[in-house]
Amino acid sequence: MKLFAYTRATEQDVAVNTVSRNQSAKFIGGGTNLLDLMKENVEQPNQLIDINSLPLSKIEVTRNGVRIGAMARNSDVAYNAIIQERYPLLSQALLAGASPQLRNMATVGGNLMQRTRCYYFYDTAMPCNKREPGSGCAAIEGFNRIHAIFGASDQCIATHPSDMCVALAALDAVVQVQGPKGDRQIPITDFHRLPGDTPQIDTVLQHGELITAVDLPNLPFAKRSHYLKVRDRASYAFALVSVATALDIENGIIRAARVAMGGVAHKPWRAVAAEEILVGAKVNQETFRAAAEATVKEAKPQKHNKFKVEMAKRAIMRSLTEVGEMA
Amino acid sequence: MNDPTNKAIGKPLDRVDGRLKVTGAARYAAEFPLKNMAHAVLVQSAIAKGRITNIDTSAAQKSPGVLAVITHLNAPKLASPQSGGGDSSGGDAQVTAANAQSGESGSAGGENPFEKPVPVLQSDQINFYGQHIGVVVAETLEQARHAATLLRVTYREERPATVMAANLANAYKPQSLLIPLKPDTQRGDIQGGLKAADVQVDHTYTTPNEHHQPMEAHATTAVWDGGQLTLYDSSQNVNGVQKTVANTLRIPPENIRVIASFVGGGFGSKYPVRGHTILAAIAAQQVKRPVKLVVTREQMFTSVGFRSHSSQRIRLGAKKDGKLTAISHEIHTQTSVFEEFIEHVGVATPMLYDTQNLLVTHRGVRLNLPTPTIMRAPGESPGMFAFESAMDELAYALKLDPIELRLRNEPERDLEKGLPWSSRSLVESFRQGAKSFGWERRNPEPRSMRDGRYLIGMGTATATYPTNRMPSSAKVRLLADGSAQVYLAATDIGTGTYTMLTQIAADALGIPTERVRVEIGDTKMPRTPGSGGSWGAASYGSAVQSACVAVRAKILGMARLDPRSPLKGLSNVGMDIREGRIFSKRDSSRGETYQEILARNNLKVTEAEVESTPDEAAKKYSMHAFGAQFAQVRVDPDLGMVRVTRFLGTYGAGRILNPKTARSQMIGGIIMGIGMALHEETVVDDRYGHFVNHNLGEYHVPVHADIPAIEAFFVKENDPHVNPLGIKGVGEIGIVGVAAAVANAVYHATGKRIRDLPITPDKLL
Repeated sequence: MKLFAYTRATEQDVAVNTVSRNQSAKFIGGGTNLLDLMKENVEQPNQLIDINSLPLSKIEVTRNGVRIGAMARNSDVAYNAIIQERYPLLSQALLAGASPQLRNMATVGGNLMQRTRCYYFYDTAMPCNKREPGSGCAAIEGFNRIHAIFGASDQCIATHPSDMCVALAALDAVVQVQGPKGDRQIPITDFHRLPGDTPQIDTVLQHGELITAVDLPNLPFAKRSHYLKVRDRASYAFALVSVATALDIENGIIRAARVAMGGVAHKPWRAVAAEEILVGAKVNQETFRAAAEATVKEAKPQKHNKFKVEMAKRAIMRSLTEVGEMA
Repeated sequence: MNDPTNKAIGKPLDRVDGRLKVTGAARYAAEFPLKNMAHAVLVQSAIAKGRITNIDTSAAQKSPGVLAVITHLNAPKLASPQSGGGDSSGGDAQVTAANAQSGESGSAGGENPFEKPVPVLQSDQINFYGQHIGVVVAETLEQARHAATLLRVTYREERPATVMAANLANAYKPQSLLIPLKPDTQRGDIQGGLKAADVQVDHTYTTPNEHHQPMEAHATTAVWDGGQLTLYDSSQNVNGVQKTVANTLRIPPENIRVIASFVGGGFGSKYPVRGHTILAAIAAQQVKRPVKLVVTREQMFTSVGFRSHSSQRIRLGAKKDGKLTAISHEIHTQTSVFEEFIEHVGVATPMLYDTQNLLVTHRGVRLNLPTPTIMRAPGESPGMFAFESAMDELAYALKLDPIELRLRNEPERDLEKGLPWSSRSLVESFRQGAKSFGWERRNPEPRSMRDGRYLIGMGTATATYPTNRMPSSAKVRLLADGSAQVYLAATDIGTGTYTMLTQIAADALGIPTERVRVEIGDTKMPRTPGSGGSWGAASYGSAVQSACVAVRAKILGMARLDPRSPLKGLSNVGMDIREGRIFSKRDSSRGETYQEILARNNLKVTEAEVESTPDEAAKKYSMHAFGAQFAQVRVDPDLGMVRVTRFLGTYGAGRILNPKTARSQMIGGIIMGIGMALHEETVVDDRYGHFVNHNLGEYHVPVHADIPAIEAFFVKENDPHVNPLGIKGVGEIGIVGVAAAVANAVYHATGKRIRDLPITPDKLL
């Protein structure tokens, strides 16, 4: 591990300015991903600005919904009564991720910034365009069971590993950011990128920009929501496929729908095609099947993850069925 | 001679070392706080085959805190293994001595394969990805780790062969297997037997590469004092380490002391000596300071062995009534290009059931991967997955209950060895296990049992493991205060060795367990075999028992002949001992304590050291533990996710010294078996020849949420033949058959037969 400087920030402005001035500086929150990456020499910042002391961990009701501070711990969000009541899928998604110890440290901001779990990305002996642009992608011709089926490029087929972000995508969350040039708001579905020709860039966040909060808009029907995670073991495994769904149902007709997927793309994958089919349709298996089939129509699987297409379809149907059956 | 109600053996005594472990006081190999310690970090190859053309160490050497950078260019010349079964093409590359015979077969050829030299850094040749190519020593671990990244290595790379399935055409028949089983076993007429069958089964089953990954990482702390070397080593076999390191460094074994007081699991990976132990010794010699070397989790995937992938074709023939007419088990596994370890996957097949016509073959494929090695129940673990899955398929083909099929093929004796069983409780295990598990509630029709949207399945399989015993010695000292000390080199790798030896000594001396102190894990103590082959209890236990008997005889001898003793003139059978007091059976008031006898004789201590060797009479029997495994699974039929919701194992394993620690062994074996069934698989990327998922984030073992309530119990079994204590050993049988029971349950639940482990969700879609 390279030597690095470490500073604990007590003011947001100072934190933002410090990181802005140094291209090799990084914010550190819970450190549950960054420290691993540093130990593996995947990330080598020369300066860490610890933002754990910043007053950004509140979860509060706002006029338009709920604001979650960027430094709120994953476990605090998951067990927050307001979140559990209004956005159960977010609570479920958080609890489906990692382990209790990790969730106690990991922050909401850090969860948004998680990097892929592609084996080749983590292994510095292997080529990887995300880690070392231009070195090639070892996964495309390699072992790619856990990789993307949507939105990949010929440069990168990695997936985004977060469960939380899938729920946020379904909820149309908005990321609040403070940067050297002021504040801005980024819709969650625009926050993460597809790999394209620059897979080294995970998000649209500019260097020095600090995530301060995530806003959840009011969405009364989110009470009727569900997060389903399909994985290789019962806990502590990344999703093969996951689905976050919420349905607004009236008299057996779907008035509004949200479907987002994890484990299938470089970003949380909002299944727009499914939503279009669901809205205005009857709550039944035919509707759910049509929505699922529309979603996987554009899937482009790799050699070892063809199963994900069928799995994604079935997971969407299951998740919709669960929500459809809710009182 | 003492009161049976007062016996320690058979009681669920808590682990005597439990407190030390939970308080952190127990010291493991990397936890000895030595002054002036330096830290070593391994550097490993990033190609699977070829030669190193250059290693530029200049940047590493200049890096802060670096004390030494050792590569093949400056490493001391080490002994190389005497050819043996090894292939010469590997040249002097690393050899882990994991090949050839275990001590069990006796070192008939004279040389113990687990004591062969382990040369490291002896040439520029690379035989597998992750081979040690250097070691960096620095003041701190962080400095060493950083400097290790600064080595610039260039290679001349060749195309490796790393996937067995792609290289089956190069399969060969090995000279020998680890245990005394020939590569090929044949009896009767296999073709005739298959022809005579009313029903046949013919399928191929595969198990993946699997890694041990014990909780405590492999580690060595090496300290030189003049010509004397002390190694704190995370090892299952301290005497083996002593001898191997001596052979490798060409120094006398008596100049080496190996200490492994506590070991955080091994499962076989810590039985052979590994390159890192040699490198720690070399590094400490070079920097003239104590050196600590911990193998990282990722390095453990290439540095300490693994279980080979296996491909097993099984053909079974049976009459309509279920009587087997033929068993054929053809096995392919892999070994490395530079040494031979062919797992004895078919070891249990010839003796398990009653059939006249049998064929078992083992073939190997040489690959540019590390050499596979022994891993919990080597042979039986993969072999019984295939065989017991096939038996389940046969039961379905015959429309016969799978337990009934096994009962109808229960052999009267071991047909392969032609010997009677010392005892065999397979039928009793199935009988009691089935009752306890509620097997009669099972509707045999696949997909017939449901719980809401989930499919429920129940499966069963046979478990078996041989009863082994090795020569072992022990020393026992009875002190003036009436307490006893027990010494032997043995290791406790988490199995409960400390505790069961305490119980054996307490009973043999007639004193309470609190008065016994057991010290093990040190070559300064009497020589023993390593912890492996489930022989620890039988081997160590017999030695401790004999040493205690010898000490007791010495003391009673003194008393019997002493006119001052109330015991004067009594015979051995006329005496009893309780709580350290020896007394006349006829008149309990007539007696005295060990303390009184020793004090009167001005003795601070009485001691005896014995070597205990297996009884020749035992060779007249075929000796095995048997058991029945029962799994219940819940399968999500849409998403393919399998959960084991219930597991029960029933075993006949001779005398159970400590039902609590023995049960823990069973439960641990079952959990490992569930991992084998559902999770564990190390994947090789054939382009680079590396293990792709080489960390515990991606190499899945079961987590708590995967493990249901597990029941394990032993059927009563009195075996007077195996050894004086009637012990069969419980370290390995727990895992055997578990994967088959789970796979059979998955078939029952879903109607899908998964013959390729692990059973991941994608395979059930």
